[in-house]
Amino acid sequence: MKKLLSYLKPYWKPTLLAPILMLIEVICDLSQPTLLASIVDNGVAKSNLPYILNTGALMLGIALIGMAGGMGCSVASSIASQNFGASVRSAVFKKIQSLSPLNIDRFKTSSLVTRLTNDITQLQMVVLMSLRIMVRAPLLFIGGIIMAVSLNARLTLILTVSIPLLAAVIYYRMKKSMPLFSFMQQKLDRVNAVIRENLSGIRLVKAFVRADHEKKRFATANDELMHATLRAFNLIITMIPMVMLIMNFSIVAVLWFGGWDINRGNMEVGQIIAFVNYITQILFSLMMIGNILLFVSRASASAERVNEVLDTDIDIKNADNPDFTPLSSGEVTFEKVSFGYSGDKNQLVLKEISFHAPSGKTIAILGSTGSGKSTLVNLIPRFYDVTSGRVMVDKRDVRSIDLYTLRSGMGIVPQDTILFSGTIKDNIRWGKEDATDEEIIEAARVAQAHEFIMSLPEGYNTQLGQRGVNLSGGQKQRIAIARAIIKKPPILILDDSTSAVDVVTEQRIQKALKEFITGSTIFIIAQRISSVMDADKILVLNEGRIEAEGTHEELLKSSPIYQDIYNSQLGEGVMVDA
Amino acid sequence: MHNPGRGHHDAVYVVKPKDAKNTLKRLWWYLSEHKIRLFLVFFLVAITSMLTLMGPYLIGKAIDNYIIPRDFNGLFRLLMLMAAIYILMSLSTWLQTRTMINVAQLTIRNMRKDAFDKLEILPINFFDTRSRGDIMSRLTNDIDLINNALSSSLTQIFSSIITLTGTVILMLWLSPLLTGVSMITVPIMLITTNIVTKHTRRYFSEQQRVLGILNGFAEENISGQKVVKAFVRENKEIERFEATNKELKNVGIKAQIYSGIMGPLMNVLNNIGFAIVALSGGWLAVQQVITVGTIAIFINYTRQFTRPLNELANQINTIQSAIASAERLFQIMDELPEPPDPPDAIELKSVKGDVEFRNVSFSYKPDEVVLKNINFHAYPGQTIALVGPTGAGKTSIISLLTRFYDPDSGDIFIDGYNIQKITRKSLRSSLGIVLQDTYLFSESVKENIRYGRLGATDEEVKAAARLANAEQFILSLPEGYDTILSEDGGDLSQGQRQLLAIARAILADPAILILDEATSSVDTRTEQHIQEAMLKLMEGRTSFVIAHRLSTIRKADMILVINDGEIIERGNHTQLLKEKGFYYNLYMSQFAHILHQVEVCKTY
Repeated sequence: MKKLLSYLKPYWKPTLLAPILMLIEVICDLSQPTLLASIVDNGVAKSNLPYILNTGALMLGIALIGMAGGMGCSVASSIASQNFGASVRSAVFKKIQSLSPLNIDRFKTSSLVTRLTNDITQLQMVVLMSLRIMVRAPLLFIGGIIMAVSLNARLTLILTVSIPLLAAVIYYRMKKSMPLFSFMQQKLDRVNAVIRENLSGIRLVKAFVRADHEKKRFATANDELMHATLRAFNLIITMIPMVMLIMNFSIVAVLWFGGWDINRGNMEVGQIIAFVNYITQILFSLMMIGNILLFVSRASASAERVNEVLDTDIDIKNADNPDFTPLSSGEVTFEKVSFGYSGDKNQLVLKEISFHAPSGKTIAILGSTGSGKSTLVNLIPRFYDVTSGRVMVDKRDVRSIDLYTLRSGMGIVPQDTILFSGTIKDNIRWGKEDATDEEIIEAARVAQAHEFIMSLPEGYNTQLGQRGVNLSGGQKQRIAIARAIIKKPPILILDDSTSAVDVVTEQRIQKALKEFITGSTIFIIAQRISSVMDADKILVLNEGRIEAEGTHEELLKSSPIYQDIYNSQLGEGVMVDA
Repeated sequence: MHNPGRGHHDAVYVVKPKDAKNTLKRLWWYLSEHKIRLFLVFFLVAITSMLTLMGPYLIGKAIDNYIIPRDFNGLFRLLMLMAAIYILMSLSTWLQTRTMINVAQLTIRNMRKDAFDKLEILPINFFDTRSRGDIMSRLTNDIDLINNALSSSLTQIFSSIITLTGTVILMLWLSPLLTGVSMITVPIMLITTNIVTKHTRRYFSEQQRVLGILNGFAEENISGQKVVKAFVRENKEIERFEATNKELKNVGIKAQIYSGIMGPLMNVLNNIGFAIVALSGGWLAVQQVITVGTIAIFINYTRQFTRPLNELANQINTIQSAIASAERLFQIMDELPEPPDPPDAIELKSVKGDVEFRNVSFSYKPDEVVLKNINFHAYPGQTIALVGPTGAGKTSIISLLTRFYDPDSGDIFIDGYNIQKITRKSLRSSLGIVLQDTYLFSESVKENIRYGRLGATDEEVKAAARLANAEQFILSLPEGYDTILSEDGGDLSQGQRQLLAIARAILADPAILILDEATSSVDTRTEQHIQEAMLKLMEGRTSFVIAHRLSTIRKADMILVINDGEIIERGNHTQLLKEKGFYYNLYMSQFAHILHQVEVCKTY
């Protein structure tokens, strides 16, 4: 929690101002009873009308000042707490942008969303409350103690029993409740996850008529959240009644021992009345503090979750002196690269991959499902780091190049097409931010997307995503291709990017691509021989290793696996010319 | 391939006073389920208030009756009584808070459940046009605010009302005249409260709306992080996030300010009230109408009166934020569900699989016709392949068959029954679908496959996996069938995901099988194996296959070539080749290249 308070520092002015203004309000507030009393004692009792009027006016004036103070505090505390919240949100979002896929997987998307919004809102609330109430309570507390001590120091010794007891109660309650609040937020994560899955997979749920099943799943998560919440709150709410009890018993003790003191003539009756009043005041202030601590408890759990994100060690990051030189060529070399997701040498997905892709050539990667094709190309832009061996791009180890520079030199069409809400133009512009309309259209033409885009009523300005058009899989893929090629990157990675596109269109794309991007190294992962036949080099992967390497003709002669694939696809293709 | 949506700015949404009343009524409807417990809380609050009032009284008594006369036995007895009362007070406070929180949590749980259950029956169109993150925000962030209000506001309101009533009664008993005078400020308070709460309500509404947008943005960004990184869009995304973040901050500041000025405003009005009381009291005293003592006590009570009044005003603010959030939640609950099955809807049983499309036309949006006059008849057991350029309308045909959408005109029949007259459940149960977007849940592999038929045994699940050619890779996963998949299924390749989806459909054992590009990401050899298995499966079942690989569709009984939303050719593979039309061209171009190579190779 303390670490996060540093986000408040830039806003120290409103942060300090708030309690000060609250102080003004409190002082004005406290003075009212005195003024009131004086009206009664000096004005009314003595039938002094002008005095009454004057003091009344004074009261009014002070009340207005107090109001200004209170309102000012409201403004200052709102500004401070909201800015704080916004800063922390900023920091967390920025951090998320630099997390590696592995990092994000660890947290799970829905948990990150919860932390970014819900958890930070908790923190914000606590800051707001503290700034507003922070002055009143301690003031009353300290004031009360001072007055009590000055009245009768010995009697105040009672407090030396009750206050540590109180502190212990509060401390242990808070300590025990923190993990419960943490658990509660985790349950909230889970509820969020189930909701999210249903939102993404609603077609599936409906297609398999699983609504009832999902309702049960949700009910479980929902109930668990409720129980976790109850457990946490039921514990923490025992705090206030216990605080009340301890303080009330202190009053009883005061009356008893005070009674004896009066008996012995050490204290006046009037003093005991005042003493009890001060103890009550101290009690009241402690309750206020207790209330805040209740929220602090919950917020601490949230603070932990937020810090967890902020403190994550990013496993894919720049080396100490990253190389910022942009990629000049798309030359890629794999030197004995092995890779496993868990870093475990026993669960390697890629084993000792070595190959060389000269600049400007097309490298095709073929292989059965799960043989490691996507994983291989994911190593080039450093979405993952090798477990052993090294990946060289442009004759440099990818780990030595600045991440942004490295990726800027690549255009990637991943296997599952992800587009974002915005216009089609916006989406294509992701590839090159300052792209002109002509460049966008040209890229779309190469991707064979221009025609269908123009057939839409709003053409390139068609909104995707919310309120968007229902695009078919193939259409989305083509937009993704346009996005990747628009900046004519030195390295282009097409991961099964035409799986939803018919063969004719695919061939047109390939042809147009060759003319559009000369000099770029293209990696194609595909299933169809027709897609890879013209590649300069074909890599056949099997169970994480390169089984065969060569051109189409070479492989046809030498590789049994390749022949197998070829025959399977071609076999049925041979025409039975009726 | 999915299209996550982000929030766009809706039209300005203003909460009108009448709407607020309605919302409150609905909130109350949820609470009223726990009337008994609420009554208990009210009762306990009354007790606590009473006990709290007794405290000072007893202290006074202790001093006057026992300390001063040095009656220590009596003092002891009284102190024991006080101790007992204090224990009772703590117990009562604890019980009242605990019960209230219990009620609040139960209410919240029910609201969340109702909202989710409602989601399950909404039409697909709802999900295609909304941001995921915004919907999530309503079921979590908005509910949180409602929770805050319910947990604490209600007890506060109860206690304030009780104290208020008690005090007013005392005041009236003391001096009706002065009571009247001190009430002058009350109408002003009411007006001020009204004005302030109008603003707070508006800003809280706005705040929650922007929070929903932020949630949506974040969700889409985090889901698509890979693409963000691939295109080095981190900075741009941060820029866009900051814009919404700033907006949230600004509206949040306004909301908090308005909710925070209630207190000081009420305070001032209080103090003005005091002043008026003191002035008029003083004047009255001067006129000898009332005594000084009365004024003193009266002023005391005025303070006791104004504190709960302030509390009430503050709580009204908290309730405002609850209303704003409840509005957003109820918006979802008020959405029109998929039209219910007509009362005479037929349960489809022992489906033979006769499917007919008659003059079907369809568009997602009025000016974008996707299908024009589709006519075809698939007989039981036939395999129908849908071929054509992307975007031609193939997936839409599937969407119509599953009634994810309904046609603009024309009818669809299964076994002779119009599907709009069949219960949706029985319709969809008779279909087994492998969709273009493979969706898997973050559960175990086993459970994901079992989704096809919930009552299936482990053996049946594994058998299905074997048929789908998925078992091999499943067994290579760290925990085999029990491996829990990650959210968004990131740890499997696309091809592997499709195999699981196929296994799932196989397990469902449906009468009509629909494969929408089901093997697009699977390598051709694996696909062959699957096809062999599928052929066995498809025997006797009507199947619809959408694919681009002609190897996949070659064996279909009937191939429908769809272009521009119309069926331009139909027939089996041989027939279509003879026609030398669109299909022929498609087919030839796929293999023209290969055939050329074959010729080239033959010369070696």
